[in-house]
Amino acid sequence: MSIAENAPETVIEDAEEKARRKSMQIEKAAKWLLPVVALGAGLGLWEFIVWWNDIPHYILPGPTLVLTTLVQDWVMLFQALLITLQITLMALAVAVIGGVGLAVLFNQSRWIEMSFYPYAVILQVTPVIAIAPLIFIYIDSRIAGLLLCAWIVAFFPILANTTLGLNSADHNLRDLFRIYGATRWQKLRYLQLPSALPYFLGGLRIAGGLSLIGAVVAEYVAGTGGLQSGLAFRILEAGYRLNIPRMFAALILIAATGVIIFVGLSFLSHMLLRKWHESALKRDG
Amino acid sequence: MPKTLPLDQRPPLMRLDGVDKTFGTVTALQGMSVQVNQGDFISLLGPSGCGKSTVLRLISGLMRPTSGRLTWVDPPKRNDLGVVFQEPTLMPWATVAQNVWLPFRLQGKTYVEVRDDILEALRLVGLDKFQTSYPRELSGGMKMRVSIARAMVTRPKLILMDEPFAALDEITRFKLNNDLLALKEKIGCTVIFVTHSVFESVFLSDRILVMAARPGRVIEELQVDAPYPRDDVFRTSSEYAGFTRKASDALHTAMEEAA
Repeated sequence: MSIAENAPETVIEDAEEKARRKSMQIEKAAKWLLPVVALGAGLGLWEFIVWWNDIPHYILPGPTLVLTTLVQDWVMLFQALLITLQITLMALAVAVIGGVGLAVLFNQSRWIEMSFYPYAVILQVTPVIAIAPLIFIYIDSRIAGLLLCAWIVAFFPILANTTLGLNSADHNLRDLFRIYGATRWQKLRYLQLPSALPYFLGGLRIAGGLSLIGAVVAEYVAGTGGLQSGLAFRILEAGYRLNIPRMFAALILIAATGVIIFVGLSFLSHMLLRKWHESALKRDG
Repeated sequence: MPKTLPLDQRPPLMRLDGVDKTFGTVTALQGMSVQVNQGDFISLLGPSGCGKSTVLRLISGLMRPTSGRLTWVDPPKRNDLGVVFQEPTLMPWATVAQNVWLPFRLQGKTYVEVRDDILEALRLVGLDKFQTSYPRELSGGMKMRVSIARAMVTRPKLILMDEPFAALDEITRFKLNNDLLALKEKIGCTVIFVTHSVFESVFLSDRILVMAARPGRVIEELQVDAPYPRDDVFRTSSEYAGFTRKASDALHTAMEEAA
């Protein structure tokens, strides 16, 4: 018995095989090339429409103007980005602790789960923008208020997915743990948490995007200016001043941040699962 | 090396007395009485729904009988029992060696403490080169070997096997049957083996309990008093054919009684 048959030294490729390899190469290139071409075409069209119709920049700026603004206002926008990013990452961290903590607690005690799970759902389905004004009335610290808002949006996917994962441990393995007299803690540590990992990581990827949304929404509501303001406030402020190019520039930064968070979490997930989980397997053909 | 005594000289290990198990209105097992002796290789042979797996769950303590008694000569401690399920039931996130470590790990023993035992168990099933592989890298037969290594790494007194080879192809199954007998001889344990294959039960065991369904019960005990070690020569002998005929007849009777 060997793990894999060794491939023969000389690879004989028939016509069908060759055609398939070629189409795969084309597809691989197209996956990168097509979005870039589409983006270029879109920007070109945008620039052209603005120039052709002579649209004033306080209504719709062209992409080149947006880019110039991004460079010009970089210091101020980057400062704001750091603040938004700080809130987002802190909210994500608290969402992970809260989501996993609640999932484990619910898993360990049916009574606690029955008592509190409905309220977790209510918290999730109520739009955060509707709760946020109340939060800022009762909570003095601006940072704490922003964090709370972002947390309310982000913790639920982690809670729901981790709960599902903790309950998805293989039934025969559970029996085996019982036969070997495993304690509750051992069952959690060696069986349930590893089983829940892929589910948790799926929830984490959703929560990453949501905590950014939560942070931005909360900033809109909190709305105070000064040095401590994030990107959302900069967008509002630029809107009041009809500085539309700056609005677009800030928007680009927010979108880029979201993409980077998603890619980073996907990479983390891949690294943690690549050795054993089906989702990370490379398949032939 | 522990030597298995003749059938009638083996000291008792445990016994079941008039054990019933009902689930709601369904009688899964009715009036099962059997004495298990040290060194026995007992097969529970029967059609689906005859309560074979229920017997294993009762013995492993995962279930309690509705009525009747299970008595042990020495109440089993945690590591006196090994279990092999129909699926390999390995932890996909752990390497082969970590999977075999599990019974010890749950006792709080570190890997270093028991590394020799783990390697020895893997050597016995022929997988010592695959310690660091993950289960998904192994074939079905190899995964089952890991499962067997895990069941025997603590040198248990009793190993319970629930149709462990049912999902494997015939060539792999024959090979594993041979290896299982060699392993049992080496560690001198008792085995209770659930199967619905007449051929497998005759090849492996010295006692066969033929069971019938609705309600699940034992209808006949057969003894296969062919000497161990058994090999492929035994598998093709007329003696083997005679035993399979007897077991097969008993199984037919079991099916008719249930029908």
